[in-house]
Amino acid sequence: MYNSSMTEETSLDLVNTQQEISNKIKKNKILDFYFHKLTLGFASLVFVILAAIIISLFIYAWPSLKQFGFSFFVSFDWDVVNNKFGAIIPIYGTLVTSIIAIIIAIPISFGIALFLTEMCPAFLKKPLGIAIELLAAIPSIIYGMFGLFVFAPIYAEYIQPLLAATLGKIPLLGVLFSGSMNGLGVLCAGIILAFMIIPFIASIMRDVFEVVPKVLKESAYGMGSTTWEVVTKIVLPYTKTGVVGGIMLGLGRALGETMAVTFVIGNAVTLDPSLFAPGSSITSVLANQFGEAEPGLHFSSLFAIGLMLFVITFIVLMIAKALIAQVEKKQGAKS
Amino acid sequence: MKIVKIAFSSLVALLFSTIVFADINVTGAGSSAVNPIVSKWAEAYASKGVRVNYASIGSGGGIKQINAKTVDFGASDGPVKGDDLDKHGQVQFPDVVFGISVVHNLKGFADAELKLDQKTLADIFLGKITVWNDSSIAKLNPGKKLPSSKITVVHRSDGSGTTGAFTEYLSMISSEWKDKVGKGKTVKWPSKGATGAKGNEGVSSIVKRIDGAIGYVEYNHAKKVKIAGFSLKNKAGKFVAPNLDSFAAAASNADWGSKPGMGISLNNQPGDASWPITSPSFIIMYKNPTDAKKSKAALAFFKYGFTTGKKDVAALDYVPLPDNVVAYIEKNIWSQIKN
Repeated sequence: MYNSSMTEETSLDLVNTQQEISNKIKKNKILDFYFHKLTLGFASLVFVILAAIIISLFIYAWPSLKQFGFSFFVSFDWDVVNNKFGAIIPIYGTLVTSIIAIIIAIPISFGIALFLTEMCPAFLKKPLGIAIELLAAIPSIIYGMFGLFVFAPIYAEYIQPLLAATLGKIPLLGVLFSGSMNGLGVLCAGIILAFMIIPFIASIMRDVFEVVPKVLKESAYGMGSTTWEVVTKIVLPYTKTGVVGGIMLGLGRALGETMAVTFVIGNAVTLDPSLFAPGSSITSVLANQFGEAEPGLHFSSLFAIGLMLFVITFIVLMIAKALIAQVEKKQGAKS
Repeated sequence: MKIVKIAFSSLVALLFSTIVFADINVTGAGSSAVNPIVSKWAEAYASKGVRVNYASIGSGGGIKQINAKTVDFGASDGPVKGDDLDKHGQVQFPDVVFGISVVHNLKGFADAELKLDQKTLADIFLGKITVWNDSSIAKLNPGKKLPSSKITVVHRSDGSGTTGAFTEYLSMISSEWKDKVGKGKTVKWPSKGATGAKGNEGVSSIVKRIDGAIGYVEYNHAKKVKIAGFSLKNKAGKFVAPNLDSFAAAASNADWGSKPGMGISLNNQPGDASWPITSPSFIIMYKNPTDAKKSKAALAFFKYGFTTGKKDVAALDYVPLPDNVVAYIEKNIWSQIKN
């Protein structure tokens, strides 16, 4: 009797547990289903927003593009009073400031990353790494304030006269360094942008350099290579796509920078070949004029140059992503 | 659970109490030029149980917001044309008058010590006069040692009613400026090396930093940052310094009813003591407002500003409207607003 009651209880328990288990499985299946749909929705939101931005930019820019056609991209006019708009001056400013920033930033970031990975004493490695990351995290408007109030006076008093006295005397190149030295202008904006993107590019380069297998470097050192030979013949070739990708990302950031550039670029409406002269970038024109833009061609032209900035930045970022993806593929194959 | 219930009910009670004892909220937006005085009036007026919230987003923004009916009044330095007022069913009246000062960075000269006349002023901004010791400037300032430094024009980079008033004056006194550049909130400044800065603050700080710079800012801002300006020759041929008396003199001769919506310009006014670059700022409201109570409260606010608030106007270096103009506004403009 004792045995049979136990068997009854046990078999009832078994049935109950089986019921519980199948209920749990059903519930989990339902939860999984909804979770999948929810996260799919969030992910597709990304595409929706991107498409919305592109489409709305295009729609608002269309009146201006239709009116001016191709001449919009080669016209020097930005005349609100007479409703004549052309994109050359803002595009020139954006490209020149970004190119100056990249030219200054590449060697300096490279040097920083190299120092951090190859030559840095152990006690300095962590603080320096943290300092670089802090600099990369500072909001860009702080760089603009720093540029306007701290850097521009120093630049006007020391750097501009120095450049005018040296590079300014070279026959053809000298045109770039001529004109009044006010402490504002395209070159100043480019230098401030360089300050901004150096920490960013340096930390990417450092991350990429650290991925180089130690065994490769040690073998080279073991065969008697100097540090420089290891860097140029082992590290750089191994990481070149990552380095280029990092540079492209820095370039993308420089292209889109608004407030730091607007403070120091001088906001001119004419084109001057000298780097000392004030200029305008796409972002500075948008920041200055968008709030008070007259509806009509002015409003639409602002959207048109915004669309062009979107296209330029998009292209740079796509190239960067493709290059970095190549690095990862290579890493996967090697390991 | 009990704590949650108590917390929830006290929160609801708090919210309810704020609704029950809430002041009337009047909102306005627009001109940054009048932001100091409207804010001062609003601060003093808050004790009367009406909260006036003013958003200084610029004249263009003010017009956009009042057209979209998101605010109770809009403020703009440049007047809205009569046709547009009629189209939207709006009325317009001035609230204060302010002067624009032409400022410089020439060391060793006191405020209003140096003189410019109409031709030299226009030629400087056209980029035709490029150095300070040019003979035309020296002729107007005998005995003053002018430096040989280059003239750098500093202008507003953002769209601005101040630029609009200043370029309107230049168009009035120089046909070359009128043809070449014109007037507007953003214009194509012809001078070589002309630099733009954001806001009155930007212009004054850049002028202070560049040797031999010249710029234009509102008088109350120039006074606040202590930057020196020029004396200008007015229509009557007299050299006047910018101050509240010369702005008031410019406003005194005005015929406010001559343009629809009282949208007159006070630039280049006749009178020996008149400052040539003076501008009123305007308020735009609806004839048939969506919220009549708020509209009425806004009018009471401006009445306060025109009467008790008059002392604040002069203290902040604006020119208050004369009593006869206030009476005109009440009789002809406010009477059109339904309450």
